[in-house]
Amino acid sequence: MAGDLYKKPILFAIVAAGVILVGTAVTMFIPMLTEEMHPKLANLKPYTALQLAGKDIYQREGCNNCHTQTVRPLKTEVMRYGEYSKAGEFAYDRPFLWGSKRTGPDLARIGGKYPDKWHEVHFDNPQAIFAQSNMPAYGWLRDSKLDPNESASRMKANDFPYTADELARLKDKTELDALIAYMQVIGIAVKKTPEPASSGITDIPNPLAAKPEAIKQGLLLYKEICAACHGDNGEGGIGPSLSDRKFLGRTADGSDGEYFTVIQNGTQAGMPPYASNLDKNKMWSLVSYIRSIQGNK
Amino acid sequence: MNDYQYDNQTVKGFIVSSIFWGVVGIVIGLWISVQMWMPSLNIPPYFTFGRLRVVHTNGLAFGLGIGAIFGITYYILMRLCKRPLLFPKLARFHLYLFNAAIALAALSLFLGMNQSLEYAELEWPLDIGVVILWVIFAVNVFGTIIKRREEQMYISLWYIIATVVAVAVLYIVNNLSIPASLTKSYHLFAGVNSANVEWWYGHNIVGFIFTTPILAMFYYFLPKSTGLPIFSHRLSIIAFWSLVFAYLWTGAHHLVYTPLPDWIQTLGIAFTIFLIAPSWGSVVNGYYTVGSDWSKMQSNYLTKFFILGITFYGLQTVQGPTQGLRVVSQLIHYTDWVPGHVHMGTMGWVTMTACAAMYYIIPKIYNTRIYSVRVANVHFWLVLVGQLIFSFTMWVTGIMQGALWKATNAEGNLQYTFMDVLAKNYPYWQMRTVGGLIFTVGMLFFIYNIFMTMRQGYIAQSDIKPVVAGMKA
Repeated sequence: MAGDLYKKPILFAIVAAGVILVGTAVTMFIPMLTEEMHPKLANLKPYTALQLAGKDIYQREGCNNCHTQTVRPLKTEVMRYGEYSKAGEFAYDRPFLWGSKRTGPDLARIGGKYPDKWHEVHFDNPQAIFAQSNMPAYGWLRDSKLDPNESASRMKANDFPYTADELARLKDKTELDALIAYMQVIGIAVKKTPEPASSGITDIPNPLAAKPEAIKQGLLLYKEICAACHGDNGEGGIGPSLSDRKFLGRTADGSDGEYFTVIQNGTQAGMPPYASNLDKNKMWSLVSYIRSIQGNK
Repeated sequence: MNDYQYDNQTVKGFIVSSIFWGVVGIVIGLWISVQMWMPSLNIPPYFTFGRLRVVHTNGLAFGLGIGAIFGITYYILMRLCKRPLLFPKLARFHLYLFNAAIALAALSLFLGMNQSLEYAELEWPLDIGVVILWVIFAVNVFGTIIKRREEQMYISLWYIIATVVAVAVLYIVNNLSIPASLTKSYHLFAGVNSANVEWWYGHNIVGFIFTTPILAMFYYFLPKSTGLPIFSHRLSIIAFWSLVFAYLWTGAHHLVYTPLPDWIQTLGIAFTIFLIAPSWGSVVNGYYTVGSDWSKMQSNYLTKFFILGITFYGLQTVQGPTQGLRVVSQLIHYTDWVPGHVHMGTMGWVTMTACAAMYYIIPKIYNTRIYSVRVANVHFWLVLVGQLIFSFTMWVTGIMQGALWKATNAEGNLQYTFMDVLAKNYPYWQMRTVGGLIFTVGMLFFIYNIFMTMRQGYIAQSDIKPVVAGMKA
């Protein structure tokens, strides 16, 4: 009887299909019919026309070949990238763009991490910000304008709401604008983890103030991490000037502790936090270095 | 000798086509391997890493892989069914359509038409073309098997039937999409569900393109070229059914620690571990087959291709399940370890076995001998060494990346920035290019050998039989 199976191709194919489909049904088809596979965060918003255009460009250029968009719930990964990814964040992603290789860093929490200007400089020439980066330049995206008609059909296919006005405005936007708009919306439906309590630190004096070796270490760190945004000599650029004795829009300068807190926690305006990457000594030595260039003025 | 003739022209056409697409895919592979450490080799818009990488993977999986599978399957099918293909003209049309589809596919990927689903990047009009290709293949496979002149279906035919059925289901389901235009569509599935469907597909398309049809070749050509019968028929039966049953449960091991529900991940990991057994069923069968006369390794130049091929299959199917374990995945996932793993399978197992099958087929079709066993041996050692350099380099750098990404200093802060770690990869990425280059040179020896064999056979045929009626034997 069983031997007959190997003489009857149609029967064989039917049995083989049945055997193959068991795992398919249990792990793929049945879960799809449950709520568990269709989660959506309450504050997750559909993409705007500009953001969707950016996401389409992200896909067209194959960014997902080198960048993931999922932070695993592992301690060091959360330290490096931010809050781990939630199932409900991706309800509007067709398809998901989690990726499978990190030649470049994960982008799940890139939204709001840097100002638009940073992205523009970085897309133009990634090596200008990270000298050793192997990312290709994408400044050429600036040469192409968006097409509102194309966007309309793409918004419709996704069933995303849009207005005629919104589409009309796309005419003046470039592909680079769209890509940056997409960067800034990735992962923002999940609130940032509150930074560790640090309010008291603003009063603490810099233990390394004016120490020559600290200034030297601060200089090296500054060149590596800060110079791309704050200028080679602290004169400012993408980020504000650090040599002008003004602090975050105030006319008066900040305390050492306030500088330390900004390095540690970042700002809403687009300065990323460095608490996970730099130990306290390194952050204080940066403050020492900043003070030293202020003195030069 | 026979009262029928085989359609060797279509088989040959597929083999030559697959070699052509293989060259395209390998050259682009070398190019992108250099882009990893020399970003100035990115030439926008068509030749950046992000676009070229998918031409590389699709070109080799579908151009070289599927092309070789179509051709070699037709060859096996006719012999095991003791009859020509049921629809030889359809098979010829299949060949032309295949080449047109692959050419259009490559073009569309250069243009950035990309669904962003790994190994299912082609946009929907091309997906329809692929489905038509597959239906044509299925019609000829089933038609020829049904009308066969040999009662029993040999093991290779089981694997071929399973391939035809599984690939059809996988490809159609994962490519369901909502078209926005002729060149752009959105996955029918969203978010977590999209991920689950894609990796159910992604894992199993590898299984049913890089495993089952290659096993069909292995089970046919190993006994054919050595003259040794397969060690155990019973083991073949057990290995076949447990393989095709277990494979489809395992896709979620690609999504360990992602937001996919934990139970699906765990189930995937468990079945992945189970898969070692059926995979090694074929490994054991291969080893014991040649085990009855190991001198074949010396006396028959093809034996070592098959034995090394099945060895890398065996290593691949232990390494893969190991990677699926959470404790290993947390370290090596997203690192260069993974391309190292993939390339051991594709360069070590698939290419090794398919090349050996072609070495067997081409002289048979042309009624001649292989042009040079020596060249074949040089080919063998170069692709072996090239692949080992490639894979080992990627494993080492993958472990390093994973470890440095996790490293913390005395205060508990991250020890290295992302750039610190990336910069440490450059020497390894350069070494990978060297491995790839050696492999490529090996493949050039293979191509040279195949074409010289064809030339030699062609000259011999025109000398001895100036007038050949009907199809060339």
